[in-house]
Amino acid sequence: MLAVEPSSTSEPSTPAVLDDSVSVPSGDARRGRDPDRTRRLWLATWPKVAAIALAVLVWQIVVWSGWRKEYVLPSPPTVFKELGSLIADGSVFEAIGTTMRRAAVGYALALVIGGLIGAVVVSSKIARSAVGSLITGLQTMPSIAWFPLAILLFKLTEGAITFVVVLGAAPSIANGLITGVDHVPPLLVKAGRTIGAGRLGLLRHVVLPAAMPNFVGGLKQGWAFAWRSLLAGELLVTFGVVSIGSQLDVYRQQSDSAGLLAIMIVILVVGIVVDVAAFGTLDRWVRRRHGLAGD
Amino acid sequence: MSAVSLRHVSKTFGIGGRAVTAVADVDLEVRAGEFVCLLGASGCGKSTILNLVAELDAPTSGTVEVAGTTALMFQESALFPWLTVQANVELPMKLAGVPKDERRERATRLIESVHLGTFARKRPHQLSGGMRQRGALARALAQDADVLLMDEPFGALDAMTRDTLHDELDAQVRDRRLTVLFVTHNVREAARLGDRIVVMSPRPGRVTASFDVPIERPRRIDSPEVATLAATVTDQLREEVLAHARG
Repeated sequence: MLAVEPSSTSEPSTPAVLDDSVSVPSGDARRGRDPDRTRRLWLATWPKVAAIALAVLVWQIVVWSGWRKEYVLPSPPTVFKELGSLIADGSVFEAIGTTMRRAAVGYALALVIGGLIGAVVVSSKIARSAVGSLITGLQTMPSIAWFPLAILLFKLTEGAITFVVVLGAAPSIANGLITGVDHVPPLLVKAGRTIGAGRLGLLRHVVLPAAMPNFVGGLKQGWAFAWRSLLAGELLVTFGVVSIGSQLDVYRQQSDSAGLLAIMIVILVVGIVVDVAAFGTLDRWVRRRHGLAGD
Repeated sequence: MSAVSLRHVSKTFGIGGRAVTAVADVDLEVRAGEFVCLLGASGCGKSTILNLVAELDAPTSGTVEVAGTTALMFQESALFPWLTVQANVELPMKLAGVPKDERRERATRLIESVHLGTFARKRPHQLSGGMRQRGALARALAQDADVLLMDEPFGALDAMTRDTLHDELDAQVRDRRLTVLFVTHNVREAARLGDRIVVMSPRPGRVTASFDVPIERPRRIDSPEVATLAATVTDQLREEVLAHARG
């Protein structure tokens, strides 16, 4: 029933009738696919929706309990109304725009730098023993610890933020490449050599493609670090430009809890969209291509 | 005329007290168009010899001469998992600089000749073990090499699939007049496929016997002739193992 309804609303009724009377098997097949898809989508979605609903409910219960005054911890409806008005007047999009531009610039730089460092480490034994473990060490350094230095070096500018974003993301990206190349199955390298690949051919046709799943893992992790560094940076390094992070600070100073929570929801949503939708899709695609995920 | 010629070949891995001699003083000739099965227990240096012939490794002493080029097939298909069967078969030609149209056409013909036509657009993980080995065979044939080296290529397959692939390899070898050096530890497989069986003994690996296989083709792995020859070869192998055990 579910699937018949959309098809009958989107198409005029005549083809539907023709479909039924003339080519029953193909009609069945076409309709057979749709409910499957709807069902799969529903099966994938409802637990997430339920989890969100549950979280909002817990939040509401805490508010009802009177643990904190309503102006300190506002209820979900208040926050969603605030979020609605931020979206309606477009101010949230300005903030998202600034933040995403910074994210893109910082991440692109991290990609270039991390890629270069990874490439050097992979191709030179000396470089590996020199900085191989340092790269992993850098990953454990909390990005917030870089900010005092960044502010001294770059003052309160975009540069300070970019600096920390790059330091956050580049080690993961470099590490992804290094791990990827290290884990190329020796048999594939051997196969590549026997079918006539030289050094460059091996790199292009065997090593790099084989390293892709790990590299994409590094890209994904690099993004997570970049995103955290970026928001920490925007919170600390404010200079009159409206961004997601700066808005957090503005609302805190105004003691506007509803605005604060609305922005936090925006941060969460943007993070999920990029991490899950963009990098998650890339990750799944690569893994499927490599036969590492179930079909 | 010799396609492959090994003279007094030794290969030692490692140095000093830890050195292990994988093969010692091996002489081996494979004539052009001959199918030679290299038979022996695991650890007797069969794969080392293939690596030397494929020039993946250099001998410690002695000479390895190959008239022309080699292609190598492994126990695992070693097809590149991110490429379709078609792209896998095209890759050796791509590396050799064959123009796009030509390599596409040749790959299609090769894939059809190993009966994988309907799976050309699939990736290796979507195929069964037997199909993957057919793909690997097509890729090896795409190299158009003078000598085909096979390292227990059917060792991981079930008996039924192996039997079918034996027939197909036979047909390819006949059609293309291939020279094959085929490593196996399966005596019957050696008797089923080879023109000649060369027996090796382990630690260090050396050639101890050679049997001609005077059985008419087409052969069957369960035919009395194959079984009889396999029994003779097995007796020889058993003697090797016993002699070795006695020290």
